[in-house]
Amino acid sequence: MLGYIDKIREISKRLLDEGRVDMVVGFRKGSMPMMNEPSFIKNSGEVSKLVWDSNCGINLANYLTDRKEKIGVIAKGCDSRNIVTHILENKIKRDQLVIIGVPCKGMIDRRLITAMFDTEVREVNEKGDTVTVKGAGFEKKLKKSDILQDNCSKCIHRNPVLYDELAAPLVEEQKDIDRYAEVRRIEAMSPQEKWQYFEDLIAPCIRCYACRNACPLCYCPTCFVDESRPQWVGKSQDETDIRTFHFLRAYHCAGRCTDCGACERACPVGIKVRQFTSKLNKDCLDMFGWEAGVLPDQRPPLDTFKPADPGDFIK
Amino acid sequence: MKVMKIDKNDWAGGIGKIQSSYRLYGPVKGDAFHDFKALEKGELPDLNFLNTRISPKSVVYPQSEIMFEYSLDEKNPDHHIMKDAAKDYSPKAILGIRPCDAASFLLVKRNFDTTEYKDPYWIRSYEATTFIGYACNNPCSTCFCTTAGSGPFNEDGLDILLTDAGDCWYAKAITEKGEKLLNAAGWNTIAAGGSLKKIASLKKEAEAKISSLVSTDQLNNKKTTELYEAPFWEDVSFACINCGTCTFLCPTCWCFDIQDENSGCSGVRMKNWDSCMFPLFTIHGTGHNPRGTKLHRVRQRFMHKLKYYVDKYENGIQCVGCGRCIRSCPVNIDIRRVCDMMNSYDPEACACPVK
Amino acid sequence: MQNPYMPYPVRIDEIITETEDRNLKTFKFVFLNPGDEDKFSYRAGQFAELSVTGKGEIPIGIASSPTEKGFVKFTVNKVGLVSSYLHSMKVGEIMGIRGPLGNSYPWDTLEGKNVVIIGGGFAFTTLRSSIVSMLDPANRKKFKDINVIYGARTPGMLLYRDELATWERRDDIKMHITVDAANDPDWKYNVGFVPAITEKKAPKADADTYAIICGPPVMIKFTQPVLDKLGYGHDHIIMSLENRMKCGIGMCGRCNIGKEFVCKDGPVFTLAQLNATPREY
Repeated sequence: MLGYIDKIREISKRLLDEGRVDMVVGFRKGSMPMMNEPSFIKNSGEVSKLVWDSNCGINLANYLTDRKEKIGVIAKGCDSRNIVTHILENKIKRDQLVIIGVPCKGMIDRRLITAMFDTEVREVNEKGDTVTVKGAGFEKKLKKSDILQDNCSKCIHRNPVLYDELAAPLVEEQKDIDRYAEVRRIEAMSPQEKWQYFEDLIAPCIRCYACRNACPLCYCPTCFVDESRPQWVGKSQDETDIRTFHFLRAYHCAGRCTDCGACERACPVGIKVRQFTSKLNKDCLDMFGWEAGVLPDQRPPLDTFKPADPGDFIK
Repeated sequence: MKVMKIDKNDWAGGIGKIQSSYRLYGPVKGDAFHDFKALEKGELPDLNFLNTRISPKSVVYPQSEIMFEYSLDEKNPDHHIMKDAAKDYSPKAILGIRPCDAASFLLVKRNFDTTEYKDPYWIRSYEATTFIGYACNNPCSTCFCTTAGSGPFNEDGLDILLTDAGDCWYAKAITEKGEKLLNAAGWNTIAAGGSLKKIASLKKEAEAKISSLVSTDQLNNKKTTELYEAPFWEDVSFACINCGTCTFLCPTCWCFDIQDENSGCSGVRMKNWDSCMFPLFTIHGTGHNPRGTKLHRVRQRFMHKLKYYVDKYENGIQCVGCGRCIRSCPVNIDIRRVCDMMNSYDPEACACPVK
Repeated sequence: MQNPYMPYPVRIDEIITETEDRNLKTFKFVFLNPGDEDKFSYRAGQFAELSVTGKGEIPIGIASSPTEKGFVKFTVNKVGLVSSYLHSMKVGEIMGIRGPLGNSYPWDTLEGKNVVIIGGGFAFTTLRSSIVSMLDPANRKKFKDINVIYGARTPGMLLYRDELATWERRDDIKMHITVDAANDPDWKYNVGFVPAITEKKAPKADADTYAIICGPPVMIKFTQPVLDKLGYGHDHIIMSLENRMKCGIGMCGRCNIGKEFVCKDGPVFTLAQLNATPREY
């Protein structure tokens, strides 16, 4: 994926020079290993600031809404699906965007790599499918496929679903992936086990709302946890309030989540928040044959009604 | 002050003795990272860590703290009147705190302990705490403590400084509070003459390993309104998702909210950590918000730490260089970069298109 | 250690609906514990946190004057959660007040000076406190001319109408009451916006004349150029700010404008001071 950047810069320069966009939203090199920073450029002289590698996991669809400019946006598969969702939900107009599609081979899991070593990871380089991790007194070569973010390892939409320009030839989609093994494992638990499992899962939560804010779907002007009249949720570290936040947040994403992994990537205390949304994604697939953001012209299942919809939840 | 030598074989025994007269907090490893927790009897702190994910500020200043209790039941003679909640200010000790984090308490104290008002919760909890520091022999690449008023062996805010000298611990008592704890632990073997020299050389080595620096010398000279209006804030704030990670993990962020929470006919008034990153933090009842955009809020965080605090207390920046916000920011906003932009900002030289 | 978060328990002694839209009510509180009134010793321009048990606290300017004894008064606009609940409370109910908080108007500076008070809408509460205080026989001689320009949308939206009428009849204070539009044929005062009335009625600036201005943002925005035109120096224009507050004692971190906390270093600032800080209010 390193080779993509020349093409991305070339396209960005052209779009800016031709006045087709006012800004290009992409990534600039981060200040730490395995981190890049979402950034914009407005001047074609700055395209060399743009970077692309396996550390561009943040979902750029999050940076498009409520802006007036014409925007060129660099979009991997999941970003493009969230752009589709934004368009369907009238958060952005299609003609405001020029989508620079990036066929994606997955992002590496910074947290996983950090946890593999006792001392600090100081440098991470990638070449082809090999990722070299260096620190004080160690150097280790890892296979990229072994250190992908969990959602990337299960992704079946690596190619952008909607684009105007393409930074590289489309890649082969992963096949025969069991995306929901973990969900089935939890489904098989007894109610008591499930309760305990989720209690433990969210125990470290500090209510910083990084999961919510990293998610392109969470754009409500006032989130239900922030409402004061009426106040639905308390503000302390009360367990019920923390649970309420996580459960409702997940349900608010039902049928909309693209499993981009932004929430999990953002969580400072390492909560696997996708455990909630994955279940809802699985249900949407099972019940409605639906995957979010794949079809640009179809309403999501939870805002439409069809006589054939499964109805046994209404008792 | 005296330096004690602690044989590593005497470590666990000493910890046990401390626990008989102090509530002891120390770093404990969770799934992937360390955090400070109250240690159970017999539980040892795990000192094999660089620094904890969340700062130890919660040991003194919990994320949620009940101040008052009340009854809403009119049959109760004291209904609707605030009553002090029960508090435990018996001695506690925090073992393994890094020097940068210990220094942060002195910065935060300026907010909670003023000539006009004193926050009794923070002050009493702080005063009940003995700080047992753990010198950093191997600082991280994101640590910039030496240019943020602290350092890997800095003693400010500490009662004891522990140094890992390989085959043994050196414990330097810095205050009387520290001596008292060392006595309680039974760690009373005075170290041989060369110990101070050994500590000094480890300190020098550690300081030399700090590779990241910030410049803060010009912040005080800048005009507040010019820095506030600087054009770089759009670029700095673009990536921000306005989560509270940086502020909740930061040892020097102290902002809080006050909330009443009722349950049936009674309730509590509590203080909860709050964050300048949240729009709700400043919104008026009318809906008007003086810091209504993320640019406002990101700017507030950096201006508070690097300008307002500097001007208000004339005692350096409101940052100890622990690097947590850099390591944990989901979008890689880096305070070192912003600090340097602010410190070197020259409105005259600004490349804004004029004409 | 004195706990600055602990409110003094009070009983609601009287509730007066002030305005025709019923959105402003004045609450008169008496302290439940005898010693608390002395501890709550305040100056005009300060505020307090009204503590509605189980709902929360709101910062409200003190409308009574330090010269009035036996009670404290606050006029509250119905806006948010706490103020709405407070509006539904009855005489005799128990709640709390915490304060006094903030810095007050600069009474030492104002002594021996002409004072021009410019107020708009419901932001007249601490100005009432100031006027009552200055007119007290023990204090009146400390000040030279007192001019008051006070405007509201309609006559029915003016606060403290009985008192305004009493002050109108006095010769030691010049009242310039105005409304944006009068629906009352018997209205005998000014009609026009506060900035226009200020331009006509306010005394010319000199070193001995200070203006205190308190009102909605739009009034302040258009009155300030008028004062500039009249020659008022920015260190002679005194303003009282509002911001979202929680602690009221400069600790919780939300109400700052630059390095100043509106709750503790303010709420009263000169325009010269405000010019040097970010306008985050």
